[in-house]
Amino acid sequence: MSFQYVNILKELTRRRGVVKPLNERVDRLRKFVVESEVKLSVERARLITEFYKRGLGRGKSVPVQRALAFKYLMENVSLPVEPGQLIIGIRGTGVNETPTYPEITLHSLEDLKILNEREVMPYRVDNEIICVYESEIIPFWKGRTIREIIFENMDEKWKHAYEAGIWTEFMEQRAPGHTAGGERVFKMGVLDIKKEIRETISQLDPSDPEYLEKIEELKAMDIVADGILIYAKRYAELLNKMADDEQDPEKRRELKQMAKICDWVPAHPPRTFWEALQHYWFIHVGITYETNPWDSFTPGRLDMWLYPFYKKDIEEGRLTREKAKELLLCFFLKFSSQPAPPKVGVTHEESATYNDFSKINIGGLRENGSSAVNELSYLILEAYDELRTLQPNFAVLVSERTPDHFLIHALKIASAGYGEPPFFNHDGVIRKMLRQGKELEDARLAGVSGCVESGVFGKEAYILTGYFNLPKILEITLNNGVDPKTGKKIGLETGDPRSFKSFEDLWNAFMRQVKYFLDIKIKGNDVIEAIYAKYLPVPFLSLWIEDCVRKGKDYNAGGAKYNTQYIQMVGLGTVADSLAAIRYHVFEWKTFTMDEIMDALGKDFNGYEWMIEVLRNPDKTPKYGNDDDRADSIAVRLVDEISKLVESYPCSPIRKASRRVYWLPTTVHVYFGKVTGATPDGRRGGTPVSEGISPVQGMDRKGIIATFMSVAKCDWDKTGGALLNMKLSPEIFDSEENVKKLAQAIRAFFRLGGHHVQFNVISAELLREAQKRPRDFQDLMVRVAGYSDYFIRLPKALQEEIIARTEKKSF
Amino acid sequence: MEKGIIFDIQRFAIYDGPGIRTLIFLKGCPLRCWWCQNPEGLSKELQLAYYARLCIHCHLCVKACPLNAIKLMNEDKHIIDRKICNVCGRCVNACPTSALKIIGKEVTVDEILEEVKKDIIFYNISGGGVTFSGGEPLYQPSFLHEMLKRCKEMGVHTAIETSGYARAEIFQKISKFVDLFLYDIKLVDEREHKLYTGVSNKLILQNLKFLIDSGRGGDIIIRFPVVPRITDVEDNLEKFISLVLSLKELKEIHLLPFHDVSEKYLYLGMPYSMPFHENPDYEKLKIMKRRLEALGLKVSLWGIK
Repeated sequence: MSFQYVNILKELTRRRGVVKPLNERVDRLRKFVVESEVKLSVERARLITEFYKRGLGRGKSVPVQRALAFKYLMENVSLPVEPGQLIIGIRGTGVNETPTYPEITLHSLEDLKILNEREVMPYRVDNEIICVYESEIIPFWKGRTIREIIFENMDEKWKHAYEAGIWTEFMEQRAPGHTAGGERVFKMGVLDIKKEIRETISQLDPSDPEYLEKIEELKAMDIVADGILIYAKRYAELLNKMADDEQDPEKRRELKQMAKICDWVPAHPPRTFWEALQHYWFIHVGITYETNPWDSFTPGRLDMWLYPFYKKDIEEGRLTREKAKELLLCFFLKFSSQPAPPKVGVTHEESATYNDFSKINIGGLRENGSSAVNELSYLILEAYDELRTLQPNFAVLVSERTPDHFLIHALKIASAGYGEPPFFNHDGVIRKMLRQGKELEDARLAGVSGCVESGVFGKEAYILTGYFNLPKILEITLNNGVDPKTGKKIGLETGDPRSFKSFEDLWNAFMRQVKYFLDIKIKGNDVIEAIYAKYLPVPFLSLWIEDCVRKGKDYNAGGAKYNTQYIQMVGLGTVADSLAAIRYHVFEWKTFTMDEIMDALGKDFNGYEWMIEVLRNPDKTPKYGNDDDRADSIAVRLVDEISKLVESYPCSPIRKASRRVYWLPTTVHVYFGKVTGATPDGRRGGTPVSEGISPVQGMDRKGIIATFMSVAKCDWDKTGGALLNMKLSPEIFDSEENVKKLAQAIRAFFRLGGHHVQFNVISAELLREAQKRPRDFQDLMVRVAGYSDYFIRLPKALQEEIIARTEKKSF
Repeated sequence: MEKGIIFDIQRFAIYDGPGIRTLIFLKGCPLRCWWCQNPEGLSKELQLAYYARLCIHCHLCVKACPLNAIKLMNEDKHIIDRKICNVCGRCVNACPTSALKIIGKEVTVDEILEEVKKDIIFYNISGGGVTFSGGEPLYQPSFLHEMLKRCKEMGVHTAIETSGYARAEIFQKISKFVDLFLYDIKLVDEREHKLYTGVSNKLILQNLKFLIDSGRGGDIIIRFPVVPRITDVEDNLEKFISLVLSLKELKEIHLLPFHDVSEKYLYLGMPYSMPFHENPDYEKLKIMKRRLEALGLKVSLWGIK
């Protein structure tokens, strides 16, 4: 047997070994979730269409109409019950049956066909759905969806840039969200909120110029509150009926208990651990039925909020550790049952996954600054380790005050190679929030949602507006404003690069182009923000985020206590390396002339193989990620100046959101690579650009510390978060001593200012093997960006890209 | 300013002493062990290495060489005439893929210290530091002495990986600045030692005794290269065991399995004296480990778990 093969076997054993046998209930539920086909469910689209068609909200304000539509859904959606599940309620008609949101994005028959037939992340579409779409849904919604309103309102410049792949637009198919629940979600019952609504209405002053809007919004909030109460009540009745029909006394008792829980929550604040989970889940279902918000929703800092319930139940003898784990496992499987809403076109390219990014945070600091790690933090990790499903996602928040033991424990779980959980610098998150002007106690309640996005959970609307393709902008700069792919002039004329006298000339031209495109993008953002505020209020989500109710303002209109608008920058490594290549080879060492570089780029390096070797050789060309100041200093400057530029725009007009930057890609680095020609770092046209803030694939040759050092030179505190992917050989996890050293390296990286790191613990050999025999590797999960996904289901280009990420040789 | 020759620096070394370490490889060694795993550390001189696997046969090196030392056998085969080559490095500059590389670099103590300083935060958190390896670090005594002294001044933990082959006064002077010795014992019999390493082991055993007598047994990890049919023969093992049992308070023993690295010699155009090419027999190693452990020694198999 070859050495490599032995390694693969060893790894497979490890991989299989970690999936411990679950109890029968959970095992059955898990199988059901993992094996159920992902399909579209037409029920929501049909009900929402019916509501508007019948004119049930006619004459009412937009928020009230939306609220009545929500209530109509809650009164009429089917009530699936997965046998044996302890947490009840699901968005859609069953496990993996995913509704659509025609009022936001209307799928054409062609879209449905693609969804059904595409190889990557298909959604099965029954004939019945096609018929309903053709006869009812498409005729009614065509021309009146949010997506169409958005595109109608974007100007030519915006459209040209969008079509060229300068950016993606997050809100063109999915509603804003990107948020997490906080204290309110665990401590307030719907009846408490209804009381709060009444009080706010009674205190409203008619001299307030927004008086009417506020009244309408508050009315809407009250209606959706009733809606969720109806949904829970319907379930309570159903469960009682099922209990009556049940022969098995044990099962009957269980159903009765679940019915009792649904009678209590979400109307009242939860009293027990089980009630707390069910309470949250009703809210989650409500939010994901109301719209298709990005990153669905998340309970956020779960260990912290659940702990008091857990402690009390254990003390009072209602709960055992084992039972709590079973409930957590059932709870996590609910997330697994709700794949992301179907995405098409560019949105599919930027986020090609079923993962809906609900991210459970554990660890970190509490409001008072003490460590939030408790017994539940461990129990949650243990449950995740046993479950190993695509969703939910996890995040381990590491502060200086986090015990070593917990970090090492989490790292061992990461060693199984599924890429979960990732690690975050909570002290860094808090610094970021403070820099944005948040109160200290709020800052400590912050966590990370989606991939790596910091925000104050329960109090902030931090809306991501789209990815921004920096390598493409560099390409346009080098072509004096023209996109060489189409020959269209879509940028500024910043001069022929052959006329540049120094690196500064190039730098200034590039930053001018960046500003030019940011102007257009941000203008578009504000229009889209206005569209959502006016046409798509989300009164149900607003119930749960402070201070929407108190302000009488919708989440989408600036109701949250804090409002932020993000642009996600992509391609740090590619651009830093490209600029370094030109700076040194053209201006300093004069290895090549600008003319030669331009000719090579134009020919995609054909006939310039020698040049590509030099450009892709870290010995010959400075590369970001090797602790080489020559390249790193350019990355530092990019991070600084782009933050400064974005933050220089005034607050958004509707939500009064400050403008900020994230550096993360999901899967968009593949799409952005596709639309971007050859770059001076030796990247051929059409291949992926660098992902997150990771060095260019394969260019980091000096081991993990050098990469950490390069990354930590940039001032991430000026951003909202940045994604660093590291691939490790599994050997590091073979000894306790080494795991400890890795934990210490993470600590040092965070002390230096790193925001996040995640590890793909796998060998390139294993991935190649998986490509060859996909059927044998169906459970092979890898970290793609801020999330993990099944490797065999990824697009080929993305598979290749993951394989290319450097294996850290010093392990 | 003291200068020296090194051939590599590795960061995040986790197998060469406590914590996270920076590993500095000094070039040059007085021993010529048949099995040497780091042939690039043998000669003190700069050397030209040629990694045929990276070569794209662009022939730019052939054009770049002023002495015509690189000859083209055919389209995809170069030969470096090492008798002519004076390691000027022009071919290395011309080579786009780094298939040609100069092994060895002259550096000042300050330059090394700059590298070391970069990772201080990692040492602090992990209890790590710097390990000087080689080659034989003691073969550049004043350079090593200066670096060790300066590291200690900065409070950085120091270790050396050594054969122990150095004159007593040099060894004793340097040992004051070393916190941990990774000390090789290869063959105990002097004649055998001479045959397979080229030198007598008298100095090596004397220096080891000096450390033990100065009460520094606790700062020593004995490293035993397990080389098939040379060091792992029963006679040597027995002698090795009685030697280590006589050493007081020894910290640990590491068994280092031998791997066939003949390719590395090829890169450098050096002769490879090892007649055996078998890779380690892990079962045999485990038995050896248990045997040593049964004697109350702390043993780890470096490289496998």
